[in-house]
Amino acid sequence: MLKCTSACAGCSDSLALRYVLKAAGPDTVMVVPACCTSVIQGIYPNTAFNVPVYNIAFGAAAACASGMSNAFRAEGKKTNVIVYAGDGGTLDIGIQAMSGAFERGTDFLYICYDNEAYGNTGMQRSGGTPMGAKTTTTPTGKTDAKKDIDAIVAAHDPPYMATACAAYPQDIFKKVQKALTFRGPTFLHILAPCPPGWRYPTEKTVEMGKLAVKSGMWVLYEREYGKVTIGPQSKVAMKKPIPLEDYLSPQGRFKGIDPKIVEILKQRITKNFQRLAAEEEASA
Amino acid sequence: MKKIATGNKAVAEAVKQANPTVVAAYPITPQTEIVEQIAEFVTSGQMPARYIAVESEHSAMAACIGASITGIRTFTATSSHGLLYMHEMTNWAAGARLPIVMANVNRSLGPGWNIWAEHTDALQERDTGWLQVYVSTVQEAYDATLMAFRIAEHNDVLLPVMVNLDGFLLSHIMQPVDTVELGDFIPKIHLPHAIDPKHPAGYGTLTGPDQQFKFRWEIERSMRDSVKVIEETEKEFAKRFGRKYGFTENYRCEDADVIVIAMGTLGKEAEVAVDLLRNEGIKAGSMRIRWLRPFPKLDLKGKEVVVIDRDYSFGFGGILAGEIRSKTGISLYSVIAGLGGQEVTYDDIADFVRTRRTGEEFWFGVNAHV
Repeated sequence: MLKCTSACAGCSDSLALRYVLKAAGPDTVMVVPACCTSVIQGIYPNTAFNVPVYNIAFGAAAACASGMSNAFRAEGKKTNVIVYAGDGGTLDIGIQAMSGAFERGTDFLYICYDNEAYGNTGMQRSGGTPMGAKTTTTPTGKTDAKKDIDAIVAAHDPPYMATACAAYPQDIFKKVQKALTFRGPTFLHILAPCPPGWRYPTEKTVEMGKLAVKSGMWVLYEREYGKVTIGPQSKVAMKKPIPLEDYLSPQGRFKGIDPKIVEILKQRITKNFQRLAAEEEASA
Repeated sequence: MKKIATGNKAVAEAVKQANPTVVAAYPITPQTEIVEQIAEFVTSGQMPARYIAVESEHSAMAACIGASITGIRTFTATSSHGLLYMHEMTNWAAGARLPIVMANVNRSLGPGWNIWAEHTDALQERDTGWLQVYVSTVQEAYDATLMAFRIAEHNDVLLPVMVNLDGFLLSHIMQPVDTVELGDFIPKIHLPHAIDPKHPAGYGTLTGPDQQFKFRWEIERSMRDSVKVIEETEKEFAKRFGRKYGFTENYRCEDADVIVIAMGTLGKEAEVAVDLLRNEGIKAGSMRIRWLRPFPKLDLKGKEVVVIDRDYSFGFGGILAGEIRSKTGISLYSVIAGLGGQEVTYDDIADFVRTRRTGEEFWFGVNAHV
C-alpha cells in the first residue's frame, strides 16, 4: 500500500489493509467489491495499491476470485488471490457467491473487514450492524442482532479461519501469513472501527478496537481444521471483561441506547464466550 | 467429420476444440446439455479445462470475468432467466473488455414457467456491449461458436460474444454437422490488459466523467471495428472450411418485391415460405439477420418488408422491427409470432406475406391487428 490514500481520517480499514498487504507480499491480486476500499484506492488513473486490484460488482467478489484462482492455478501460478470485502459485501449481498466459493474449495483468502454498516454509502444498516446501533436506516437503533457470519463460514469447514481487529496489527499480519499457507478457502474477519460511522473522534480508532475486544463485543480466535484457539487478548476479556458501557458510551451510534438492549448485548457476549470456550475445549 | 448432433452438443463440440482454460457454468433448461457435455469432456480428460460448477449465473459470469482478466480463454452458457440473472455481470464483462464467449439458448421469460423459444432474453442484453449472433441450424451453431472465440479475442475487438440458438427448435433437434480440423484458425489468446502482479494496476477503480466517457466510446469504437473482424473471420472460415456466412443470410432477395426478415430458426423457415410464394407468383425474398450487434447495414430500398419478431418490447413494439425502422427509416409490416415457443410454420409465414398490411402490427398468437 502506497502513501496518500483517499481514506477518511482515522480509518482503521486503511490500517488493516497496510498489514494485510505487507503480509501477503507482491505476488498477490486483490479482488474488491463495492465498499470503502473501492474509494481508498483513489481515482483512475492513480491507485494507492502496489499489487493489482480487480474491482468487481457488489455481490460478485468471491465468484470473481474463484475464476481468477482457477485460472492462475491452471497456468501453474501460485499468485495469492485475496478477496477484500466489507460487511455488506460479505454478510449481505455477497453471501451467496462466498458460500459457493467456499463449498467449491476455491484456493483463496477471503477477508471481510467489518465496520458494521454500509460505510461507503453513508452508514446504512447491514447484517453486520450490532443491535442498538443507530445508522441512517435505523435512526432509533437497530432492533435485530448482528449476523454471525463466522458460524456460517465455519459450517463450510474451511481449513483455516480467524477473526482479527484493526487495533492489533501484528495479529492481523500473522493471521494473513498463516492463512496463505493453506490450500483451499480461508477466511479472516477483521473488525474495522469507523470514526464517521460510529461517531467517535478520529484519534480514538485504535482505542475503540481495543475496547471492542476488552469488552467481549469482539472475540479474537482462530479455527484451524476445526480446532478453536481463543487469542490471548480475548482470554483476558473472558476472565474479566471491561464494562460494556466503556465501549458503547464513547460512540455516537449507541447514544441513548435502551438499557434493555444493553442487557441483551451483555447476555450475547456471555453466551458467545461460553460457546467459544466450549468449542475450544471440545476441539483441544 | 460428419456427425449427427443436437444444437447443444454441436456448441459443446466447438467449445472443446476452442479449448478454453476455464468454463464456469450453471444449469438451466434448455441449455443444460451444453454444460453437461463440457463437464463430461473435462471429466473424461478430453478437455484440459477447469470446470467451475458455480452456484448461480451471476457467479458464472463473475467467475468468467475473474478468469478472463488473467489472460486465458473462457466460456459459459446460459438461457432465459439465467441470462437475466447475470445481466449486471454481462455489462461488467463488456466494460472490462473481456473476450468471453457465451452460448445463450433463447427461451421465454417467466412468469409463467415457459421453457420454449423466444428471443426476448437475449434482446434485453442488446445494450450491454456484447456482440450477438443468432444461428439457424446445428451446423451454424457449431461454426458460429468457433468463430466467436476468434472474433472476441481479436485485439481490435476485445469484447464478449454471445451465440444465440433457439431453445428446443435448435438446442434439442438433431441435424448433420460437419466438424472441422481447427488448426490455427483461433490464434493463441493475447489479452493486452491481463493482470500481472509484476506490473500492479488498478482495474475498474473510481473513474470521473471524462475518463468514463472515453471508456464508453472505446467500447463503441471496438464494436464498429468488429465489423471488419467479423467479415475477415467469416471469409477465412469459408476459405478454410468451405461454409460461407455474413451479417445477414439473403435468400432470393435480388429481384424480390417483398422481403421477410427474421432471426434464428424462423429466418430459415422463411426460405421455404419464399419458395411457396414464388410458385404463386409473389416475388418474395428472405433476409435472416445473423448479427444483431454490431447491427448490419440493410439495403431495403424499394422493397416491402415483413418483419417477424419472436420477442416484444411492451409499450413499444417488436424489437427487431424497431431496430430496422430506426436504422433504415422504412415503414414495414410487423408480425409478432412464436412467443413462448408458439409454432410458426412456413405456411404461416407465407400467410403473413400474402395478407401483409404495411405500417401495422399483427399479433399472430391472438390473431389481432393492433
